[in-house]
Formats: sequence, structure tokens, C-alpha cells
Amino acid sequence: MTTLNINGKAHDVEVPDDMPLLWVLRDVIGMTGTKFGCGIAACGACTVHLDGQPIRSCVTPVKSVTGKQITTIEAIGETPAGKKIQEAWIALDVPQCGYCQSGQIMSASALLAGKASPTDEEIDGAMSGNLCRCGTYVRIRAAIKQAAQTSMSGQKA
Amino acid sequence: MNTLSRRDFLTVSAAVGGGLLLGWGFGSRAAGDSAASAAPAFAPNAFVQIGSDGRIVLIMPQVEMGQGVYTSLPMLIAEELQVGLDQVALEHAPPDDKLYANPYFHFQETGASSSVRAFYEPLRKAGAAARTMLVAAAAGAWQVDPASCQVERGVVTHPPTGRTLTYAALADRAAKLPVPAAVPLKDPKDFKLIGTRAKRLDTPSKVNGTAQFSIDVRLPGMGIATVAASPVLGGKIASLDEAKAKAIKGVRQVVRLDDVVAVVADHMWAAKQGLAALSVTWDDGPNAKVSTADVVRDLAEASLQAGKVARKDGDAPAAIAAATRKIEAIYEVPFLAHATMEPMNCTVALRNGSCEIWTGCQSLTRAQREAAKLTGLPLEKVVVRNHLLGGGFGRRLEVDYVIQAVRIAQHVAGPVKVVWTREEDMQHGYYRPYYYDRIAAGLNPKGRPVGWTHRIVGPSIIARRIPPVFQNGIDPDGVDGAVQLLYDIPAVQVEYVRHEEPVVNTGWWRGVGVTHNVFVMESFVDELARAAKADPVQYRRSLLGKAPRARAVLDLAVKEAGWGQALPAGHGRGVSLLYSAWGSYLAQVAEVAVSSSGEIQVIRVVCAVDCGQMVNPDIAVAQMESGIVFGVSAALWGQITLKNGRVEQSSFPDYRIMRLNECPTIDIRLITSSEAPSGLGEPGTACVAAAVANAVYAATGKRIRKLPLQPQLTTA
Repeated sequence: MTTLNINGKAHDVEVPDDMPLLWVLRDVIGMTGTKFGCGIAACGACTVHLDGQPIRSCVTPVKSVTGKQITTIEAIGETPAGKKIQEAWIALDVPQCGYCQSGQIMSASALLAGKASPTDEEIDGAMSGNLCRCGTYVRIRAAIKQAAQTSMSGQKA
Repeated sequence: MNTLSRRDFLTVSAAVGGGLLLGWGFGSRAAGDSAASAAPAFAPNAFVQIGSDGRIVLIMPQVEMGQGVYTSLPMLIAEELQVGLDQVALEHAPPDDKLYANPYFHFQETGASSSVRAFYEPLRKAGAAARTMLVAAAAGAWQVDPASCQVERGVVTHPPTGRTLTYAALADRAAKLPVPAAVPLKDPKDFKLIGTRAKRLDTPSKVNGTAQFSIDVRLPGMGIATVAASPVLGGKIASLDEAKAKAIKGVRQVVRLDDVVAVVADHMWAAKQGLAALSVTWDDGPNAKVSTADVVRDLAEASLQAGKVARKDGDAPAAIAAATRKIEAIYEVPFLAHATMEPMNCTVALRNGSCEIWTGCQSLTRAQREAAKLTGLPLEKVVVRNHLLGGGFGRRLEVDYVIQAVRIAQHVAGPVKVVWTREEDMQHGYYRPYYYDRIAAGLNPKGRPVGWTHRIVGPSIIARRIPPVFQNGIDPDGVDGAVQLLYDIPAVQVEYVRHEEPVVNTGWWRGVGVTHNVFVMESFVDELARAAKADPVQYRRSLLGKAPRARAVLDLAVKEAGWGQALPAGHGRGVSLLYSAWGSYLAQVAEVAVSSSGEIQVIRVVCAVDCGQMVNPDIAVAQMESGIVFGVSAALWGQITLKNGRVEQSSFPDYRIMRLNECPTIDIRLITSSEAPSGLGEPGTACVAAAVANAVYAATGKRIRKLPLQPQLTTA
């Protein structure tokens, strides 16, 4: 029995230790917001947060995440940075097919949580591991900047 | 401040605004479901349903794969129905060629950048007919002239008396009225929605993980399967170790068919491990030794024969023979994978004499028909539930993955979800064909072209998929873009040589014919301009005297791009122009930087578009941005190659897709127009390879006639 702390709730699962967190989330617990894209950490669609840091859940053995706080797309809106990112994503209508966007938002939220006003280089660094086949990159960059701006003005106010 | 979730917020704010009950999210209507749910009070046509509870449901005949049709199509209906977009819920249409055929194809299919232009009138008429009946119902209740009534946001008002009735209250009464045969449509000057940057209806669900793709389907007792199909087309399983797979915890079953094996398990991890444990060996069959070089050799040979003539103005070969200068070239474009972010998947349950299918598919009736054929069930017993598509780009026009899932489900008790791994997806595509083109022109002493011949050699996807459209040996898609050549050249001949490559499956890939033709034509026009020692823009412009819309987009793109302004060393600008059966006019200017080691970076792409009447300019811009990124990925890096009959690429590390840090600055300029709406999903992709190739030439002096550019430049 493995106990996982996901979005503030404990989940007991009976799975092999080496099973990637992605499949535990999707196929065992039934949280399907986190997506399968490649299985080799090459596309970022499966990004979740482990103690606030973005990780690729498709290559993360479930045993290695016990005792840590896992945050997924289903709850990222409850964090200040995640909420700002989601709002900016909606304001700029970033998603197209939307399949990669859970991962994009998780990476962007982690970036914004750590850097209130990320530079272009920092955005490149944080987001270049998340592929988008629809090519929403122009809007992703703009939305991160918009979210950063509202964060900054929120702090001032 | 309250702490409502976004979902609650949408529902509450909309309800406050409209006074009507509102649904949000996408239902999935399926044949056979209607009996189970209460019929709506008012359903005057296949697209509009209004319940006496006020619920307004719009049925979407085209599928949403990112292109924005779940916003632009509702805008068309809502405009004439006189409701707000915040007042409607959407449902996926079931497969039904009678009700939901794409008017361009006469069957239900989402492709060819057709949704908005094909449904521009039909959906407005559907909305207008419903509104006319609801207004008539109100007028009848009040005993007044319908013309004296007004409608706003689903509320009919009689201003002289101040009476009002909601669509909800009118639904039952309206349902008893005859459906009008003809209804007037709004004058475009009265549009409230069409032409606005209305927010996408699918965005909220796509930022919080609630959007449902078919890969997200979960059913009680469902098995999850992953597959290995023969890595060589036409191969069969030689051997496998079933016991080893079954020894993996969580593996339920191994389904062995001739050409594919599936491991069914409790979850994908067990299925993947089980598949690996099978140690499958293959009998590769007749294509065992095929490599890309064999394909190219055959195409080159086929290109020596005369093709079927698709356009003939004057005697182009004679004009070229008599010209002062003759310029000829061979262009090649590679096989390309779609690499949708959501890998192919399909869930099937065969039970109680029915076949239920959960999938995301651009061709629902085709999926239904194939499943009926396989199972021997009547069509109405095959229920297909569509979902949001995690990318289409033409890949999901094919239904091979649906067929395969049904074949597997025939051996499984209960529902089974078949999910391809990325590697399986990359290596079992319906690839954009390898095309081989011969192109030539003759120039007069001033450098102006007097003759143009273009011979296109490749397989016919149309002949395979829509045989009646393949007429006189010509694939209209294969020659699309080439036959519309806008340049003022007195003698033009475009030929098509059908050459099938039965070693891999080929299919439609964002733009297909046009994507390949525009690369060839616009690179070659650049060659002519250089030969004439003319500026590439001025040269094109001088040949566009009879094409004002093309000249307008060219002028706009060139101006925005700062054409002619000095660039740093190693940089170059290239231009490209597009016009095809999609009806849209595009001009793009790409700026590239080429490093001393030959690394190409696309710095900026400016794109001017004239797509006629726009339904949603923001979605138009998004489609251009998307098309450009997709096209630049392919132009720089995209290629699927064969060795020993196998696709050599397997995942993103060896099939390179553009990443955020590599994305150019993209500037889209839209031309306001009242011409008929035209296609936007594919042109952005189709236009850009030539713009980039021409920019690489400007930067390096190297003319690359074979894609992808990056490996060609490095080895040139």
C-alpha cells in the first residue's frame, strides 16, 4: 500500500513501486487532467508539481513521491500563481486543442511562483520542455507576462 | 470577495446575465441516446435545441481539434438566434451524414480548412429559422405582428406594449409551428457577434484539466490496452511469449491478431510492461528491405513520364524551348508525421448486440461504417461518441485506430481502451506523402517568365479515400495551389503523375497538396527573380497585375516586415505567396539567422491574410500562429525516413518539434473584407516553408530544393 498526498488529500493505492506517477493518477485514481504525451519526459504533457517543483510524472516512480505534496492541474487554481496563470490563459485564449495545456500551465505556475516577474530567458528555460503541437507559444509567453504583471500590481495594491 | 470556483462563476454570472438556466461543458450526443434523455421542447433542425427549462443546446457538426470551431460555429448560430454565447451549451454531433454532412464534401468530415466557409450559411439559417419560429410563437400569443417584436438574448419583446416572453416559455408553442422554408439572414452591418473577438468557449475547460479527450474515457471494468502493430507495412507476427506478458501483475489478457498484438491490463503501465515482455518477432513481408532511397528512386523514375494535364494555358513547353533562358529544377519534400500531442486511442465496448465507441475523430461516419462492417452490426447499433481531439492535422481523418480497437475489442469481454504509445504513434502514421516535382520556366530577355511547367509526382490520397473526386487521373488536392498559379505568365502547364508508394500509409497532413506545391512554386519563383537579378518582391509584384487581392496581402506583409531594410550579417528575409482552393490569400515574410555552423533560426514571420468575411478575428490570428509554428517545424526539421521497411523516428527526440524557446516572433495582419469566408486552418502552414527557404537563400546564397532545410543546409 502506497499513500500519496495529492492536492492536499491522501490517496491509498496498491501499485508497483516503479509505476510512474502519471499512470497512478490517470488509470488508478482517475485524475485525467494530467496527460500522457511521450512517456520519456520529452514533451512535458504530464507535468505536475512535487513540493512545488515541476516534474515529469511519466518518468517519476510512485515510490519516490510518497511523503511529498503532489499538485496537479485539477488543483493548481487554488495556488496564487496557478490562479493568475489560469486567468491569463483565459484572457488571451491560449489553448487550441488544449491537450498539452495542463502541462504548460503546471510549468508556468511553478515559474511564476518562484519568479514574480520572469525574464524572456527565464520563460525559455522554464517552458522549453513543454511541447505544443498547435504552436500556442506566442500566447503562452504573452500570458505568462500578463500573469506576472497582475501579480506585481496585486502586490503593490 | 467570494470564493466561487471558475466553473461556478461562469454558471452564476451567465444565469444572472441571461435569466435562463445555463449549462456549461460539452455533452456527447450519440445515436440511440435520444430515447434515454428527455427530448427538448423545441428542436426545429439538427443544430438547435431549446428546452422549456431554457437550456439552449447547439449541436456541433464539425469536431474541435484546436481550430476554434466550437466557438466560431456557435457564433454563426447565436448571431441569428439572437442569444449570447454565454447562454449556450454545446454537444458533439453523432455520426449522421444526412443531418451533419459537411456541405463541401456531402459527408460528415472535418478537414480541408472548410468548417467556417462550408457552414457559414447553413448554421446562420438554422439559427434564423429557430428565431423566426420563436418570434412567431410570441406574436401568436400576443396576437400581434411578428415584425413588431424584437429579440435580445433569448427574450422576445413587444415594445409597444412592453410584454416579454423568454425562449424557454415559447419553446413548446414554437415547436407546434411549421419550420419556415426560407428565412432572411441578417445584413452583415447588423452583426453583433460575427466579426468580433468573442472568447473561445472551450478555453475554461482547457485550463483546469476538465476538458475530456477520448484518452480520458473511464468506464466500469474497462481494460487498458497498448499495442504493437507490425513495424513494416504488410508484416505479420512471427512469434511472441504470451506467458511472460501474463506474468506481469495487472496484465489481464493478450490479444494476438495477424498483424498486431494488444496487451490488455488494469492500467497502462502494466500494459506497456506486458507488451515489452512479449518479445514479439515479426515476419516483415514484402517491404522488409525498403528504404527512403528506394521510394525516391521510384518517384524520380515516375517523374520522367508525362502526367495528366491539370492546367494548360498556351503551349508552355514550346514557350520555354523558344525562350532566351531556360531554368529548371527538381524539388522534393519528405514523409511527415502528424505527431498529435494526444496519441491515437479509442475505447470500444461490444456488448448486448451493440458496439459503443468513444473516440476523437475527424471522420465519424467513416468510423461508424467501418465498425459496422467489422462487427456485422447494423449502423444504428454502432454508437460513436466523439470527444475533443488532442490535435488532428489530418491524422484523425483516418480511422485505422478505430478499426484496430474494434478488432481487439472483439476478443475482450467488456470495454477496452486502446492507447498507442508515442513510439507506436510515430511509426504507424498516415504520413504526408513524399512528393517529387519537376518545374521549369523560360525567361524573356527582360527576365520575365514566358512559360511555366510544373509536374507533380506523388500518391493520390483522394483516389483512396474519395474515389469519385479522382477524375481523369488528376488528384485535385495533389495539384491544389499549383493550378491556381496567379502570376501573369502567358503559357502554363501543370501535370500530375500518380505514383503510389505502397510501403507506408500516406494521408492528409495540414495542407497536403498546397503545403508541398507552395514550397515548390514559391521557391522557384524566387529562383526566377534571382536569375532576372530582380528583387523577389518586386518580381512577384510585377506578375500580379491580374490578382489585386494577392498583391494587397503581398504589399501589406512586405511593409510590416520592413522588406529592404538592412539586416545583420548572416540574416536574410524571404517572401512567399499563397492562393488555393481554400480561397484565402496569404503573403508571408520570414527572417532567419544562420549561424557560422549553419544552424538556422527563424527570427520573425510576418503574415498578411485576406480570408474574406472573418467570423472571429482572434481565432483567425490563432490559426495563423499555429499554422506557422507547425510549418516552420516541418520546414526546418520534419522528416520521416525508412530503413529496412521501418520508420526510423520514434518520438520527439528524433522527430523534432519546435519548442517555445525556438518560436519566432509572429506578426499577423488581417485584411478586412466582405468577400465570402475562406479557409484558415492550413494556409499558415502551407505558405511558410518557401518563405523560410527563400530567407535561407538570402542569408547564405544556398538554394535548398529538398526539405527539411536544416540537415540539407548542414550537408550542402
